[in-house]
Amino acid sequence: MTGSPSLPAARASDTGGLRQFEGRDRWVVAAMLGIPTLLHIGLVWIPTVASILLSFTDWNGIRVSDIRWVGMKNYVQIVTVFSTNFFQALLNNLVLLVFLFVGPTALGIVFAYLLDRDIRGTRFYQGIFFTPVVLSVAVVGFIWKSAIYSTDSGLATQLFGRGHSIDWLGNQSFVIPIGDRFGVSANFLAILVAIAWRHAGYIMVLYLAGLKSVDSSLREAAMLDGSNEWQVFRHVIFPSLKPINVVIVVITVIEALRAFDIIYVLHTPRKTEVLSILTTNNLLGEGGGNVGRGSAYATILFLLCFGFVIWYVTNHFRATQEGADA
Amino acid sequence: MTAAEAPGTRPQRSWDLGRVLLYAFISLSALLWLVPLFGALLSSFRPFAETVRDGAFSWPHTLTLDNYQNAWVQGDIPRKYLNTAIILIPALLLTLFFSSMVAFVCSRFSWKFNVLLLSLFTAGNLLPQQIIIQPLFQFYNRVPLPSWLSSTEKLNGSFLGLVLIHVAFQSGFCTFVLSNYMKLLPKTLNDAARMDGASVWNQYWQIIMPLTLPALAALATLEFTWIYNDFFWAVVLMQQGANRPITSALANLSGQFFTDDNLIAAASVFVALPTLVVYFALQRYFIAGLTVGAEKG
Repeated sequence: MTGSPSLPAARASDTGGLRQFEGRDRWVVAAMLGIPTLLHIGLVWIPTVASILLSFTDWNGIRVSDIRWVGMKNYVQIVTVFSTNFFQALLNNLVLLVFLFVGPTALGIVFAYLLDRDIRGTRFYQGIFFTPVVLSVAVVGFIWKSAIYSTDSGLATQLFGRGHSIDWLGNQSFVIPIGDRFGVSANFLAILVAIAWRHAGYIMVLYLAGLKSVDSSLREAAMLDGSNEWQVFRHVIFPSLKPINVVIVVITVIEALRAFDIIYVLHTPRKTEVLSILTTNNLLGEGGGNVGRGSAYATILFLLCFGFVIWYVTNHFRATQEGADA
Repeated sequence: MTAAEAPGTRPQRSWDLGRVLLYAFISLSALLWLVPLFGALLSSFRPFAETVRDGAFSWPHTLTLDNYQNAWVQGDIPRKYLNTAIILIPALLLTLFFSSMVAFVCSRFSWKFNVLLLSLFTAGNLLPQQIIIQPLFQFYNRVPLPSWLSSTEKLNGSFLGLVLIHVAFQSGFCTFVLSNYMKLLPKTLNDAARMDGASVWNQYWQIIMPLTLPALAALATLEFTWIYNDFFWAVVLMQQGANRPITSALANLSGQFFTDDNLIAAASVFVALPTLVVYFALQRYFIAGLTVGAEKG
């Protein structure tokens, strides 16, 4: 979004607050700010706080008067009675996170870095890598289910089945066992590959935007010094991209924690659950009505991602502040 | 890579080994990226029996539209498209309207709680949706609506409920992007307008909004895709299958079509088509919308 006039914002000398407006303007400003803010806080932040509070109750969701405090009971149950589900889900979230970083996030950066040079048809390649990103994750799941993982006819079956069917999305056996109860299951690995297909293009586009802002004379000067390609990237380009690196770290972490659609839509049985699925399992279907336990899973999810959210927001507003002060 | 001869000149484009490898890697990756799309598209035109016999990646002997016809009828696709439109259009317009107002007030006037408010909106958009779903579901279950507005007579299961949660959630990102954009417009625009006695509303609607059109266009493209692609809100907050928007209707289809993966491929094409059309037609806006937030850091 360049091309807009970029005069620095003038330092406001007026005192601020609603007092800077008069008469009808005061009401207009209050409404312009108030209605959207109320909606946002009412439907996003109040439920967030409510989730945390409800996680200390054993409410079944039927009558509000039945809400009873039970202290840490839900959390204790999660790590004892439901420990197999919980730790497997936590492990899956962690595996997804590590996988996203070493797999598609890294690959997206490589794509961006390579496509940022003068390559013939760079927009064409960008278009191909980005196409999966505009598809919903649920559709991505179905495309992979039909074309690649179809038990009888998918490409993966064609390549590895030797004429037999392979139930890729139903195979719960651990490919990488961790202890005797936990591990990374075959069907979860299959899903990871489909997620990677979509994630790499997303990171590529974000990184390309960052690379465009790097001064090309920096790179050329470093090349003149006799540094090789990797040294230039490592010591010149990568550090100058700190803001975009923060964005990518946060987005990757959040994506790993909010993964849901593809796992849900494929109806894959156990071993592929992540925390978001456990939260929802306590709401819909047979396990429904466990508001307390579902909220406890949600609260754990919240604690895991909130630090990164704060980091992202402070990073952003510090950058803006410095921009305004400069 | 060859070294640059002098500052300012580009490294010469010789076809050395590095460059050959570069093209080979990119082309091969791109080809690999197309495999799932191509496979699903090809399968969607073939009878399931044939792909089971020969595999999804094999020479097609029979090409047919049967899968599309079946998916269209059994999946009640036209109704699902309509449901999506009923949710998407108001949600998209309201999201842009609401977030542009907040962005305008926050970026063009001085407030003590400016940064706090923008932080709240930005952070809210980053939260995983599942964090808020339990209380939200209970709340939606307890808000009564007249029967002409909701077949369940509750906010839960109504189109309105989905519109509201989309607006609340998506306005986080849009406010963030729009305030960044509006901050760059010269402050003197407001001062001059105020001298002329223009009301705050006129400053917003007649001066700032027209200048913000490029950002709004980019966001509209992006939000179209995101709201269209929503799966989670509708799965939880719209339990009646018939009223589900098209993306979340997939969850039901997979049960019905369990045995026929080519039908699933055809249904996927129906779901994917509108976003693909928008993406290819408005690619420039799409990318701009996605990167405008990131560029600022």
